Amino acid sequence: MGEPMKIRATLTGDATEVKVLMNHEMETGQRKDAQGQTIPAWFIQTIGVTWTGKTVLSAQWGPAVAKNPFLSFKFKGGAKGDTLAVRWVDSRGDQRTDEAIIA
Amino acid sequence: MNRRTLLAALVGIVIAPLAGAQASTSDEIAKYRAALQDGNPAELWEARGEDLWKQKRGPRAASLERCDLGSGPGVVKGAYAELPRYFADADRVMDLETRLVWCMVQLQGYTEAEAKKNPFGSGSDKRSDLEALTAYIAVESRGVKMNVPLAHSKELEAYRIGEKLFYYRGGTHDFACATCHGEDGKRIRLQELPNLMTAEGAQKAYTTWPAYRVSQGELRTFEWRLHDCFRQQRFPELVFGSDAAIALTMYLARNANGGVFDAPAIKR
Repeated sequence: MGEPMKIRATLTGDATEVKVLMNHEMETGQRKDAQGQTIPAWFIQTIGVTWTGKTVLSAQWGPAVAKNPFLSFKFKGGAKGDTLAVRWVDSRGDQRTDEAIIA
Repeated sequence: MNRRTLLAALVGIVIAPLAGAQASTSDEIAKYRAALQDGNPAELWEARGEDLWKQKRGPRAASLERCDLGSGPGVVKGAYAELPRYFADADRVMDLETRLVWCMVQLQGYTEAEAKKNPFGSGSDKRSDLEALTAYIAVESRGVKMNVPLAHSKELEAYRIGEKLFYYRGGTHDFACATCHGEDGKRIRLQELPNLMTAEGAQKAYTTWPAYRVSQGELRTFEWRLHDCFRQQRFPELVFGSDAAIALTMYLARNANGGVFDAPAIKR
């Protein structure tokens, strides 16, 4: 289920700037715990951002992305009041979708 | 030129570029902090803290919204900038973390041991409610000037004890807080240490805690900062919510008076 993301989307000119802060452990699978046991890998694998149903960004991520990742990008289009949805799926098959309104 | 002056000149040539590297390293660290400030993950703790503040929890199924942080029940705005302070109901000087524990006991019906069992979190399965609550209360004071009172005799007493602790040398290394934080230009590895004996240094240090520590992936409170300083000095463990921890916080917070509170910050 995951923890909620923080999403900000602002329209400047003809482009929308999106900033997403995700809440995720992003374990690489390389670390060991205090008992010397390998901590299994657990990270976000795919990210998708849709604007009124249309995909504006999709990405595949690996274990090199930091804990609690921050994603910032711009896309052409968008209008104030439109809905933007961000969805991630992690390596355990867990997923989360959060929405924001473009301001 | 005799051999000694030649050697001195050579040493000078070697040292000068190192001093340059030192300045540019701290510039680069400042740039790094600025780049990260925009997406500070501390916001995730702030959001969770706000939920915890408003949720009905504990044996009495009560929220913390009636908790008095010094400016009246439920007033969160600007509260952090006036803590620690004396609370008549508890007859004690308290910092924010201690006050939160007190409210969890009084309002929500937790035992004191339950309320403070996990002051410093680790990962997603051992998250600290106190760190999240502290982040939420702290952000509500961003932009507020530090104004820690010293009117009550117990506040003054705590301040004096804190001052003593700051200069007290002990442990295997015969260190005091002042050993590292009493002079300009000191550092640990590449981290510059603030001179807490100047108003500017105390303000800069105190107003940027709590902070998200990138190297730990955790939000850390000021009590954590003191706790870890004690560990680094090889002092006995600083007990969470103890009079010593509050007194030292009182001393440093009061010395930061006049500084504009700007946390949760982001730190390496």
